[in-house]
Amino acid sequence: MPFSLLKYGLNKDYPFEQNADLPVPTKLKASYDVIIIGGGGHGVAIAYYLAKYHGITNVAILEKGYLGGGNTARNTAVIRSNYMTPEGVKFYSESVNMFKNLSNEFDFNIMYSQRGQLTLAHTDAAIRGFRQRAEVSKHFGGRTELIGPQEIKELVPTLNMNPGHLPVLGGLWHMDGATARHDAVAWGYAKGATQRGVELHQLTEVLDVIVENNKVTGVKTNKGIVKCGCAVQAVAGHSSLLAAKAGFKLPIVSYPLQAMVTQPVKPFLDQMVSSSALHCYVQQTSRGEIVFGGGSDPYPLYNSRSTLELKESLLSSAIEMFPFMANLRLLRQWGGVTDMTSDYSPIMGLSPVDNYYMDAGWGTWGFKATPICGKTMADLIASGGKVPELIKPFAMDRFKEFRQVNEMGATAASH
Amino acid sequence: MKIMICPLNGARNISEFVYGGEVITMPDPNNCSNDEWADYVFFSDNGIGIVCEWWLHAATSFWFIAERHTATDEIIRTYKASDIFKDRVEFALKHSEAKS
Repeated sequence: MPFSLLKYGLNKDYPFEQNADLPVPTKLKASYDVIIIGGGGHGVAIAYYLAKYHGITNVAILEKGYLGGGNTARNTAVIRSNYMTPEGVKFYSESVNMFKNLSNEFDFNIMYSQRGQLTLAHTDAAIRGFRQRAEVSKHFGGRTELIGPQEIKELVPTLNMNPGHLPVLGGLWHMDGATARHDAVAWGYAKGATQRGVELHQLTEVLDVIVENNKVTGVKTNKGIVKCGCAVQAVAGHSSLLAAKAGFKLPIVSYPLQAMVTQPVKPFLDQMVSSSALHCYVQQTSRGEIVFGGGSDPYPLYNSRSTLELKESLLSSAIEMFPFMANLRLLRQWGGVTDMTSDYSPIMGLSPVDNYYMDAGWGTWGFKATPICGKTMADLIASGGKVPELIKPFAMDRFKEFRQVNEMGATAASH
Repeated sequence: MKIMICPLNGARNISEFVYGGEVITMPDPNNCSNDEWADYVFFSDNGIGIVCEWWLHAATSFWFIAERHTATDEIIRTYKASDIFKDRVEFALKHSEAKS
């Protein structure tokens, strides 16, 4: 019996370890150079790269709940770059490359595992789209190929080649596809950032954004008013609500997305397999559980509740793809709120308010962009508003100029 | 099963309906600026509260309006679009304008 546990049990204060990965929180200061609203993967990654590459450490991350407790913990942890547009592929490829070295960089295991991602085509139109995506990917140094039914059978022998009476005609085989533990990514960045002097304030909710002469000067929190030189919002699932406090509208509509996981079984599936026609993606975790998710709900809602309809359609699609899954038991089900833009690309860069930067519109593609988004947003903030080339196409102005970056066809499960 | 009341067909399963976006005022397509049009097409309040939305009963192609809470998902009421939209919107340029 560890007596130290008993000691903690009788103590009314939460015990903080001496050499914990995260330092004991301190009181909010009156002012910071940079305030990052949102302590998910993106927020802590921005803080980490600000501290590491730019030496900017007078930074506070304000998180209304807990570190990585929002959509960072709710996504299905897929890392891939097989998008459609050159802008998208260039951006996500950088992210895929950065993920490979994160465990070393953090000295903390993010359980990165490169397994390859396979998207199934059931129509001629999908094959044509895949051919284009494979070429764009190869052009930018990615490893993506269009493969036929025979190769798919050899790659994934357990797959039903005629799911839902939609014969598999081919597949987009993306060898760079990988997975990692999403919580660990947030923890690793938070550890690296706080060790360099960044402050992480959990249970600190931003109630209002203070804007004077169209310039952000501070935020009002549940722990008082904090002044800042500049602020960045990284609050996936609540982007429009926070932007409204700063005084502007976003080209975003928020939909729930539901996912679920079965009991663990023996390893049978290396690859991550998705079908855009069946609206389903399936992968096996390193623990053996099968995670599967689908498209967003059919109508917008700020609620992570589960619905019987989605559960039924997701389960039937997953069973069509891997029929033996019918014998498995469902372990957990959850939902998250996804901020969908109409072109299925994120919004990064400047906002209508000076010194207030956007990291929003991450719909169902936020986790895979965590490292590169953190790095480029840190470059943007450190330069005082000079937008890096890589994220210029994702400016919010693209909607006013009708220059969208259309990635609708490149989601793993169409929405 | 979640139920929605269609003004034409009565109570039906929500899976029979298709969401059609928030009811917002359309600027005059022939005279508005690009910014106004972009704002109308892409930008949204996307807030929490009761909103007025277009819904379609897919089986009968019947469009109507529903008032729904965007956090609780409670459908407050549904009614025919003709209750608030009385006039026809002309998208095509009028003959005299097209010529000039």
